[in-house]
Amino acid sequence: MNAASVRAAPETGALIELRDVTKTYGQGPATFLALRGVNLRIGAGEFVAIMGPSGSGKSTAMNILGCLDNPTSGAYLFRGMHVENLTRNQRALLRRYYLGFVFQGFNLLARTTALENVELPLVYRGEPRAARHAKARTALDAVGLRQWEHHTPAELSGGQQQRVAIARAIVTDPTILLADEPTGNLDSQRSHEIMDLLAALNGDRGITVLMVTHEPGMARYAKRIIRFVDGQVDSDHHNGENA
Amino acid sequence: MFWSSILLALRAIRRNLLRSFLTILGIVIGVSAVITMVTLGNGATRAVADQISSLGSNLIMVRPGKRLGPGRDEAGSPNFKARDAEAITTQIGSLNAIAPVASKSVTVVYAARNWSTTVTGSTNAYFTAGNWRLADGRVFTGTEQRAGKAVCVIGATVRKELFGGQPPLGDELRIKNFACEVIGLLQSKGQSAMGMDQDDIIVIPLRTLQRRLTGTQDVNTLMVSVQDGGDTSRIMADLRLLMRERRKIGANEDDNFSILDTRQIAEAMTGTTKVLTMLLGAVAAVSLLVGGIGIMNIMLVSVTERTREIGIRLAIGALEREVLLQFLVEAVALSALGGIVGIILAMLASLGLAKVMQVPYIFDPSINLLSFVFSAAIGVVFGYFPARRAARLDPIEALRHE
Ligand SMILES: Nc1ncnc2c1ncn2[C@@H]1O[C@H](COP(=O)(O)OP(=O)(O)O)[C@@H](O)[C@H]1O
Ligand SMILES: [Mg+2]
Repeated sequence: MNAASVRAAPETGALIELRDVTKTYGQGPATFLALRGVNLRIGAGEFVAIMGPSGSGKSTAMNILGCLDNPTSGAYLFRGMHVENLTRNQRALLRRYYLGFVFQGFNLLARTTALENVELPLVYRGEPRAARHAKARTALDAVGLRQWEHHTPAELSGGQQQRVAIARAIVTDPTILLADEPTGNLDSQRSHEIMDLLAALNGDRGITVLMVTHEPGMARYAKRIIRFVDGQVDSDHHNGENA
Repeated sequence: MFWSSILLALRAIRRNLLRSFLTILGIVIGVSAVITMVTLGNGATRAVADQISSLGSNLIMVRPGKRLGPGRDEAGSPNFKARDAEAITTQIGSLNAIAPVASKSVTVVYAARNWSTTVTGSTNAYFTAGNWRLADGRVFTGTEQRAGKAVCVIGATVRKELFGGQPPLGDELRIKNFACEVIGLLQSKGQSAMGMDQDDIIVIPLRTLQRRLTGTQDVNTLMVSVQDGGDTSRIMADLRLLMRERRKIGANEDDNFSILDTRQIAEAMTGTTKVLTMLLGAVAAVSLLVGGIGIMNIMLVSVTERTREIGIRLAIGALEREVLLQFLVEAVALSALGGIVGIILAMLASLGLAKVMQVPYIFDPSINLLSFVFSAAIGVVFGYFPARRAARLDPIEALRHE
C-alpha cells in the first residue's frame, strides 16, 4: 500500500464509523475489556466532545479512531474503507495524510524549535524545505505564535506549547483533528484560548474535530457530546439538548 | 525518504550536543589509542630490523659458549685465538672477510676531556664484515696490524665527545696508559632503537689490544662475512665442523661455541618487539572496547527520552523504517566522525612519539581501516539496536514511556 491508495479511499456517508468495536487489554486472567461494543458515526465537519468518567474507555476509543491502535473486534470504516485490519505501516500512512493529533502532554520534541516541531510532519511527507517553512509559519500564525518560532518547548508556557502542538497537527491540513484532553494540563484561561482555537479551526476551515474532555466548560464548545460509561456509549446528543 | 532521514539525523545530533560529543569522545580515544600503539610498535620493529641490517647482510657470528644472550654458558668454553680466524680463511671458501674481534671497556682521554667507551681490537676485515665506511682518513696498514702499532679508527660519537669541532686525524688520544694516533674516522650509522649508540666505537689492531689492554691472546668473537650468493647454511655447517675439530670436541660431546647468522639474530630481536606490539595493541583494544561500552551506556541512558521521541514520530505518521534509518544515519555519522578524528589524532600522536622514541613512523593502512570499521560497528550496534526496539513499540506505548 502506498500514499496514493490511501488517498483513493472512496467517500461515502459518514466520515468515520465504528461498528461493534471492542478492545481487550492483557491476556488470560488479567484480561480487561476496555471497549464493549461501541457504535459511532461521525460526519465531516462535526465538532464532537467525548466525555465520561475516568477509565470509561475514552482514550482507547480515540486511539482506535486515530489509527494508533487496532480494535480487538468490530469494524472501523474511514470514508467507507475498512481500516481495522491494516498493518502498522498502512496505519502510519493514514495518520500521515489524514489525521492530526493533540495530546494532553503536548508531546513536542525537546530542545527543538517551534518551527522545526511544526514542520516535522511535512518532513515525513517529503515536502521541500521552502514549502515546509512557509506552511509551518502559516500554521504558527494560525495559533498566534509566529514570533515564537525559534523558541524551544522549554522556553514556552504550557498554553503556548499546546498551541505549537495544534499548529503541528494542522500544518498538514488534516481531515480530522483528534485531541485527547488537550486542556487537561492547562489553567482555565489557557484552556478557553485552546478551545477558541479548536472551534475556529472547525468553523473556519471545516476540520472535523474529535476531542476528549471531562470538563463540561470545555465540552460546551463542541456541537455534539458523546458520553462513555464502562466502555460503552451511554449517550450521544447535540449540544444544548438534554441527555 | 533517505534525505529526510539524513536531515532529521543531523538535527538530532545538533539537538543533543553533549550526548553526541561523549559518543564521539569514546570512539576517538579508543581508535587513536589502538592506532598509536600499533604504529609505534611497528616503528620499533622496523628500527630493530634496520639496526640489524646495518650490521651487514650475510654476517655469521661465532662465539664461545653454547647460547647467545643472557645466561650463556661460558664454563668450559675457551675463547678463540687469532689462529682460528686464519684457519677459517684457508679452509672455507665463498667468504668476504673473517674478523677476529676482542674488546675492552676503557676511558679514553684527549686534552682535558675523557670518555668511557669500548675499544674493539680487530683487523681491517672488521670494517668489511661490519659494513663500515670511512668518512675520512684510512684503515690500518699490514705493518700496523702485524706489529700492533698504536693507531685507531674512531666512530662519530667518540669524535664528537673528545674532539668537538676539531679535526681528529693525526692527533693522539690516550687509551688507558698509551697514546694512540687517530688515522681514520668512520661514517655515522646513527642511534639504534635498542638504545645502543653504534657510533660509540674505537677500533685498534687486534695485536695492539691484546698486548696493551687485555694482555692475553684471546679473541671473543669471530665475525664471518659471506660473499653474495654464498650458501650461508653450508658455510655454517662447515664452520661448525672446523671449530669442533680445532677445539677437540669428542663425537658425543656438545658444541662449546655458537654460530648465528644475521637472519637468526634479526628474528630473535624483531620477534621480541613484535610480541610487544601485539601486547600494546591488545591493551589499546581494551580501551576501544571501554569506549564502546561508554557509548552503549550513553545510548541506553537516553533511551527513555528517545523512546518518547520515537512515539511522537510514529504518531505523526513516520514509518518504522524511516525512524530506523534516521537513527542508523545518526549512529553512523557520530561513530564515523569519531573514527576520523581518532585517526587524525593517532597520526599526530604517533608522529610526535616516534620522534621522541627515535623510531621511524610507518603509516599502517590496515590498522587504520580496522579501527575505523570497528568504531563504526560499535556506533551502529549500540546506536541502532536500542532504537530498533523502541521503533517496534506501538506508538501509544512509546508515548507513554516514562
Ligand atoms: N495498555 C493498557 N493495558 C491495560 N489496560 C489498559 C491499557 N490502556 C487502558 N487500559 C485500561 O482500559 C480502561 C480504559 O482506559 P482509557 O481508555 O485510558 O480510559 P479513559 O481515557 O476514559 O480514562 C482503563 O481501565 C485502563 O486501565
Ligand atoms: Mg484518557
